[in-house]
Amino acid sequence: MIRDTAALPNEEDVCLQESVDSKAILRIIESHNGELGGLIAILEEIQAEYGYLPEKSLRIVSDKTGCSMVDVYGVATFYRSFSLKPRGKHLILVCLGTACHVRGAPRVIEEFERQLGIKAGQTTEDKEFTLDTVNCLGACALGPVVVIDGHYFSKVRKSRVSQLLEGAQNGFGKLQIEKDKRIFPLHVSCPHCNRSLNDETFTIDGQPSIRVTISSDHKQGWLRLSCLYGSYNFASEFDVSTETAVSFLCPHCGVEFTSTLDCSVCAAPMVPMLVDGGGIVQICSRRGCKNHMLDLI
Amino acid sequence: MITLKINGLNVSVEKGSTLLEAARFLGFPIPTLCHMDGLSPYGACRLCVVEIGEGPKAKLVSSCTYPAEEGLTVRTASERVLRARKMILELLLASCPQSKIIQDLASAHGIRRQRFKQEHEDCILCGLCVRMCEEQMMAKAIGFRGRGEKRSIGTPFDIKSDVCRLCGGCIYVCPACQLRCTYTEPEKAICGGCANLSPPCVDKEQFNDMMCYMSPCVACEIKKD
Ligand code: SF4
Ligand code: SF4
Ligand code: SF4
Ligand code: FES
Ligand code: FES
Repeated sequence: MIRDTAALPNEEDVCLQESVDSKAILRIIESHNGELGGLIAILEEIQAEYGYLPEKSLRIVSDKTGCSMVDVYGVATFYRSFSLKPRGKHLILVCLGTACHVRGAPRVIEEFERQLGIKAGQTTEDKEFTLDTVNCLGACALGPVVVIDGHYFSKVRKSRVSQLLEGAQNGFGKLQIEKDKRIFPLHVSCPHCNRSLNDETFTIDGQPSIRVTISSDHKQGWLRLSCLYGSYNFASEFDVSTETAVSFLCPHCGVEFTSTLDCSVCAAPMVPMLVDGGGIVQICSRRGCKNHMLDLI
Repeated sequence: MITLKINGLNVSVEKGSTLLEAARFLGFPIPTLCHMDGLSPYGACRLCVVEIGEGPKAKLVSSCTYPAEEGLTVRTASERVLRARKMILELLLASCPQSKIIQDLASAHGIRRQRFKQEHEDCILCGLCVRMCEEQMMAKAIGFRGRGEKRSIGTPFDIKSDVCRLCGGCIYVCPACQLRCTYTEPEKAICGGCANLSPPCVDKEQFNDMMCYMSPCVACEIKKD
């Protein structure tokens, strides 16, 4: 979906007033027209727009998709990633899955609760932070894992909590990009099967490339990216026109790289990959958009 | 037609029948709780377990959802089945000891003790009401919400539904509460709880707005406190 931000000048205001712009929601629904099982995708986009699922938006979705209100509400309450309550500006997710739990996540969440003065599942009064728990993010070896506004932090200790909160308020995104201006090679692996994505047989920028499978418009093929952080050179099996967002899949296990995060520049989904040595790099899935983020430990 | 063996007897049933239907056709009783003729099978309560297969490969399946297969051997009352059924009933009894239907089933299966903590839930998530509302009343006013421990039945946003027909079908089929609302005909009252509240909290005019069926029953709520 291409978002026409110019047509929605006061999108921010809309969010602030917590009122729902039915036109924006109608547009989201239309962009999924006729897609089987599009409900979750629609709800995800609405949530990306407002930070939560306003009641009115669910009613519009039910109206327009012909999916009964009971079903829409059932889906919206089933998944932890959907929220029916407005959330704070920054969303802190602490993993309480088994692995993270034994690695000390309860102490980390206690510390967050203490510093923010709220319990898990609540939002601070100034609407800055929402604290919530998740049950496994699939990166157990890096636990305890904390995700703040889509940035992953691994092996988090109690002592790092205040630093993380401060970082969240200053915006990790800006900091990271400035800090990582240098160019260095990355070794990355699939967040699902953990197998390496670096491909020695094909070099870009004189370095082994990063091989992924992309799929767009029912076509699948390989895509090789430069492993140099900061270089945007790539080679691709088939042409993808700029501005289209493609899905990235692991060439080994075939699982799609999905992120809870949308690109802060163009709102396409981000694509996460694990960085060897600990950390996560996320790149924007839209051809031509150069947005990316790196979180190292 | 599909031929299978139930408790040693051969039976031919139409393709698409369930084991429950086949067993009932032969007259073998299988207790059920979340099954109801006219509603789609759901398989929530597991009370209708039967054993299929032979030897070490034998396994327990819910007969109300398992389709009849050619040549299958089914035992509806083996020792393993009876043990599983008793355990399920004991657990159901623990979660909802006040339900007349569950009490009756438990007593019919010779359950004389109850080892688990009583929860007094007002719902066992059998889904009968949801299916009733959707499949027979064509209303889809209520449904499942949430997941895991927080799963519950009700209307979206817990507010009065505008598609509910106030037919009472959901209350009629519910094995857990069975307070069939009869407020509009108090002489026939089975529940009639709200008619006896003082001051009467539900005026007749307001009755239709209350939709007591789905928001917790006024009378029950007060009894609980
Ligand atoms: S009373 Fe309302 S909620 Fe219950 S079955 Fe009838 S239509 Fe559905
Ligand atoms: S309310 Fe009653 S009928 Fe509905 S799921 Fe719960 S126990 Fe079953
Ligand atoms: S208390 Fe509720 S369920 Fe009982 S009779 Fe009154 S309205 Fe009906
Ligand atoms: S348990 Fe935390 S990532 Fe798996
Ligand atoms: S009757 Fe078969 S599972 Fe409930």
